[in-house]
Amino acid sequence: MNKGKTLLNSDSSRKVFASLLSIVIGLAVGALVAAIVGLSKDNIGGKGIWDGVRLIFLGLLSTGREAGQLTWGFNPSSWGNMLFRATPLIMTGLSVAVAFKTGLFNIGAPGQYLMGTLATLFIALEIPSEAVPPAIIWLLAFLGGMLAGALWGAIPGLLKAFLNINEVLACIMTNWIAANVVTWLFDISNLKNVAEGTKTGYIYKTTFNNVATSKMGLDKLFPESQVNGGILIAILIAIVVYIIMNKTTLGYQLKACGANRHAARYAGIPDKRNIILSMAMAGALAAGGASLYWLSGNTEFYWITYQALPAAGFNGIPVALLALNHPIAVVFSGIFMAMLNIVGQQLTTLTAYNEYITDVVIAVIVYLSAFSLVIQMWLGKRKAKKGGKTV
Amino acid sequence: MTFVVQQTLLFAIPLMIVALAGVFAERSGIINLALEGIMIMGAFVGVYFVRLMQDFDVFLDAARMGNYWTLQGLELLAMLVAAVFGALFSLLLSFAAVNLKADQTIGGTALNLMAPALVLFLVRILANQNTLQMTQGDAASWFMIKKSTFGVDKNVQWGFLGETFLNKVYLATYICILVFVVLSVILYFTKFGLRLRACGENPQAADSLGINVYRMRYAGTTISGALAGMGGFVYALTATNCTANGDVAGFGFLALAVMIFGNWKPLNIALGALLFGLFKCIAAGYGSIDINGDGVFMLAEIGISSHLYRMLPYLITLIVLSFTSKKSRAPKAEGIPYDKGSR
Repeated sequence: MNKGKTLLNSDSSRKVFASLLSIVIGLAVGALVAAIVGLSKDNIGGKGIWDGVRLIFLGLLSTGREAGQLTWGFNPSSWGNMLFRATPLIMTGLSVAVAFKTGLFNIGAPGQYLMGTLATLFIALEIPSEAVPPAIIWLLAFLGGMLAGALWGAIPGLLKAFLNINEVLACIMTNWIAANVVTWLFDISNLKNVAEGTKTGYIYKTTFNNVATSKMGLDKLFPESQVNGGILIAILIAIVVYIIMNKTTLGYQLKACGANRHAARYAGIPDKRNIILSMAMAGALAAGGASLYWLSGNTEFYWITYQALPAAGFNGIPVALLALNHPIAVVFSGIFMAMLNIVGQQLTTLTAYNEYITDVVIAVIVYLSAFSLVIQMWLGKRKAKKGGKTV
Repeated sequence: MTFVVQQTLLFAIPLMIVALAGVFAERSGIINLALEGIMIMGAFVGVYFVRLMQDFDVFLDAARMGNYWTLQGLELLAMLVAAVFGALFSLLLSFAAVNLKADQTIGGTALNLMAPALVLFLVRILANQNTLQMTQGDAASWFMIKKSTFGVDKNVQWGFLGETFLNKVYLATYICILVFVVLSVILYFTKFGLRLRACGENPQAADSLGINVYRMRYAGTTISGALAGMGGFVYALTATNCTANGDVAGFGFLALAVMIFGNWKPLNIALGALLFGLFKCIAAGYGSIDINGDGVFMLAEIGISSHLYRMLPYLITLIVLSFTSKKSRAPKAEGIPYDKGSR
């Protein structure tokens, strides 16, 4: 078994190939579901199915519909929005990946995301921008959000380390507690948007206080989209996480705890401290995703959230799994998930299908990633049979 | 008081039955994180089945004529269908976990992602909105057992017990309690139950005695899927007025919590579910709970924020767990794929 593992690690191309294979199978299953549903409903028809299937694979390149036919090409608005939506996904994906490396399943990303939202919006909106330069407020809001997430993430870590409470359970409970805390504090705050009378239940955009992430020139590249510098910050953070996990003692200790907590302790690694630290890092990353999302200034937070947890938190799990918990790969899988999101939007506006089919695709990919090791070994065997041909 | 008991049961029964679903899977050695997803699936299938059946004259006439027992039969049938589909859906998990020796947490997560996606996709196409409802009538008028069901005038008083347990209740609640008791007995007092538990504790030893570990794990997970699917429909029927929208308000995960809370033992789980149900009931209806019957709604009048009441079930779970978790003992072999070669 050990021999097999080192062999696999040395062959990272096989890992990438296994992930790509999962993606293709996932998309194919999505297309199949679309076809089956299309055949069983009279109002979709052959052309509708063909349009749906093409959009599932190539929705990012769609530019709309002209004279009944789908048109294709570079759609800057889609690309920009994809990068914008990828930003929180990359961050929550990193969050889940870091915890996984320490052997913890961080299903608490939604709660940490909410706590990040809370701290970020309070700081960004409560400090008057007449007195303090917006850039400073932005930085404080970003760091404050991450700090809040770190503290919230540390709670399941503490419970796990000292009281032996299953982290999955503690995370689920803290998620719902966070959802209620956030609703409570926004309810008694003066941040509820009353200036625009048409909407109820929303918090002010951060632009209301002149705070927003710099576009960093990306809006020139992708006009008419929501993209901003947040995506660059997220990529930078992914690189930092990669360095921490792979090039530092701390990262080595975290991974050692994940591989075998008891052996790590025997080797003199403080396992309890590392479990708490890992969850705190995970919390900070998930919350950072929320900060970058809301600080964009073009999104509004719906604060009555006690009945539902944010999808951006849960979607960190498939992002991390598809990337096999590798921080750099998380960037790509995050962008891929965001692309599926765009595809879903195109499907809803252009065909009789709806955006949930892309969630089916994601689920299939995650299901396949559960036995990606089997797929990798299967790929290895096939290559051996072909006489060691390399890809 | 009647209100408190009925509301508590409303939350506690689905939790209890789905937590038992978790027990059957984990006692056989498979972590079933997919309870939430299977519940969502069961809720959808059950509601859709009811919808389909509403096209048949038998049931339409029954509803019009007040022939309640035919409708109770429909309710039972829908529970059965939901259980069957829950079991089928859970096969995806057992296949990955037993045959492919996959990571069970990830497999369960995949099912949790799959169920709401598929359900919402289908609901949107079937109903052109995000919620699937009955085509006519509602859960209360079709399925609820009331005084009129027994042919009694609604002004007749039945006393506390009658009012609480026979008026405005669902048959599903009692079926769930019955199933819970029967399956708990099977788990503890039959050869099958003993073998199942052995596979979760020491599969190597079980195998050496001629027990087919793979088959037992399939059995555990399939029973688990059936129970969770049924629990999902019962939740949809009693708590959300027989509708499906790809969401069961985190009940699957809460059931998982109740299972750990109850230390993987049926009796403790029943108590844990009741405790959680009670706090859920307080959270949902603290404004209309009159504890000693003097017309004063005490919980609403002490001035504690409604937000705190809503948080209470989760806070209490964490607090109680932090006192009891040292003693908590999960099945030893759960989550570890069984490999014959490593015996």
